[in-house]
Amino acid sequence: MKRVLSYLLLHVFLLSAATPGFATIIKVHPAANSIHHAADNARSGDTLLLQKGIYREHDIIISKKLTITGEGFPVIDGESKYQVFIITSDSVIIQGLQIQHIGKVSITDMAGIRIVNAKCVTIKNNRLINNTFGIYLQNATRCYIVNNMIHSDTKDEINGGNGIHAWKSTHLSITGNSISGHRDGIYFEFVTDSYIAANTSFDNARYGLHFMFSHNDTYTQNTFKSNGAGVAVMYSKGVIMHDNEFVHNWGDASYGLLLKEITDSKIEHNRFTKNTVGIHMEGTTRVDVRHNIFEDNGWGVRVQASCSGSNFVENNFIGNSFDVTTNGSMMLNVFNNNYWDKYDGYDLDKNNIGDVSYYPVSVYAVITEKIPPAMILYRSFLTDMMDQVEKVMPTIIPDMLKDDHPLMKKLKL
Amino acid sequence: MKTIIKYVLLDLLKNKTILVYTLILAAITISVSGIGDNASKALLSLLNITLLFVPIISILFSTIYFFNSVEFTELLLAQPIKRKTMLLAEYAGIAIALTIAYLVGVGVPICIFYYNLAAVTLIISGLFLTLIFSALALLIFVLFKDKTKGIGAAIITALFFILLFDGLLLSFIYSFSDYPIEKPLLGLISLNPVDLARILVLLQLDAAVMMGYSGALFKKFMGSAMGSIYTLVCMLCWTIIPLITAARIFKKKDI
Repeated sequence: MKRVLSYLLLHVFLLSAATPGFATIIKVHPAANSIHHAADNARSGDTLLLQKGIYREHDIIISKKLTITGEGFPVIDGESKYQVFIITSDSVIIQGLQIQHIGKVSITDMAGIRIVNAKCVTIKNNRLINNTFGIYLQNATRCYIVNNMIHSDTKDEINGGNGIHAWKSTHLSITGNSISGHRDGIYFEFVTDSYIAANTSFDNARYGLHFMFSHNDTYTQNTFKSNGAGVAVMYSKGVIMHDNEFVHNWGDASYGLLLKEITDSKIEHNRFTKNTVGIHMEGTTRVDVRHNIFEDNGWGVRVQASCSGSNFVENNFIGNSFDVTTNGSMMLNVFNNNYWDKYDGYDLDKNNIGDVSYYPVSVYAVITEKIPPAMILYRSFLTDMMDQVEKVMPTIIPDMLKDDHPLMKKLKL
Repeated sequence: MKTIIKYVLLDLLKNKTILVYTLILAAITISVSGIGDNASKALLSLLNITLLFVPIISILFSTIYFFNSVEFTELLLAQPIKRKTMLLAEYAGIAIALTIAYLVGVGVPICIFYYNLAAVTLIISGLFLTLIFSALALLIFVLFKDKTKGIGAAIITALFFILLFDGLLLSFIYSFSDYPIEKPLLGLISLNPVDLARILVLLQLDAAVMMGYSGALFKKFMGSAMGSIYTLVCMLCWTIIPLITAARIFKKKDI
């Protein structure tokens, strides 16, 4: 027994001797270029412990495996001219810093923290305030962006940058961040197999979350609130969206969720409340919309005729001004077993399924879809009458769009 | 003038119709408010009721009352009273009676159940509709000599504003849909007090839809303080112009 133990100890000792010395903790105090010096002199595996204070440094390139930790949120200021961290090494950890006032130029996208061609980088518990871009991932793999507070005061779409911007990356995990006041809260372009969870994205000038060409990603338990145009998921395959909240994305061109050219995706257990349009779908194929709640939206779901093979099953539609609209008579999607609060059919056999089909598209919705100014007649006596007449004898509304098994009672979701 | 208003009011308050009108309004309001848990939904139903009942009842009842009290009017005109004063006093009497009926029937219950901006807007537009349609009744009264014709005209007027106007507007929108018609539409809407009242209340209630891209312009204009003032001024014009016209015609009318 003793022998085995000493053998083991020897092994441990030899192993640690093989690496160049033990990792050390280097304390950094605010001074001219102190972080630069520390980063240059540190060895791979060291920890830089930044003391409280203001550091006016920029373009700090981290090309070694370092852990940079802030004590009491030291401030690193870009003086509205420069960018701050550029990480080019794998396994870097940055935590507890406040990075602020990143500059804005036309040639590069300046970011508070930029990760370039690196793997396994962790950005944790930082505050990024008034930056053009908050965190910028460029060809990054397996990076963790956790619990950061990212805030800016972007006034319009042209001058702002994105809170978290990821380009050509894979296996990212973005969780627990709070992002506000940027152009897009989270922007994904060519990012695959990533996981976005428990983030709050609000008051951004454009989208709360923006997907482009990003396949097989999951986002869950996020809240998207009061963004200029809601959430947009475009040109992507295999996106899984569940347990998110889309709240109060309100305006002339605003959507809770905008889907464009989406294939084989799932939208489940989400809640769409008080959006101008709950879900807007264009050119989607095989999208499963299940167990969602659409509440108090202007339009619950707007399904363009270019969508096909999508299922809308077991959703609650409550208090929407219009439940569903479409722009053609062709409907290649299936609506089934949903609860519609406007359904006024009966259920003779008491099996909780209405005995007559429900046509969720009202005639007035069809008219306003064709001629938007007709909106001025909304809720006039005439349009109510037209809706009633159409219910008895459908001629204008797309009769293929119907729910043959509408539920009599609200689903518990 | 005050004496005439007083007598007309007293006469009307003795009249059972006003009482029944009040009771029906109150019953509808209370039952609608009791059913739904959703305030904006209940207000929407009340809006529909206001837009449908108030114009019809106001105009029909006023017309019938004016024609029924022709003898009283003739008697009064034998006295040294200006025709204009007499006519306006009669109008004031009936308008006050109907206003009280609306306030008691709809105003008080919704103020108790949901006191917010939308409710107040609904009450204001209901009151304006009452004033406007009794003024139109006055105009009908001075234009027609025959009671039957007068009542027919009243029914047609009410139907025109409630239903026909919107139908015409819709066909107008349909035929000119290729043109930018949003602004002309705003002008056209001012020609119908019922539509004005509807939009005024809707902008406080169902803003989600009105704020879609199509409703953007309407919201931008009608939803602003300027728009609300414009709407109210329009409604005021709708009250005053029929009154002035009626008074003018009545001055020269051979009774």
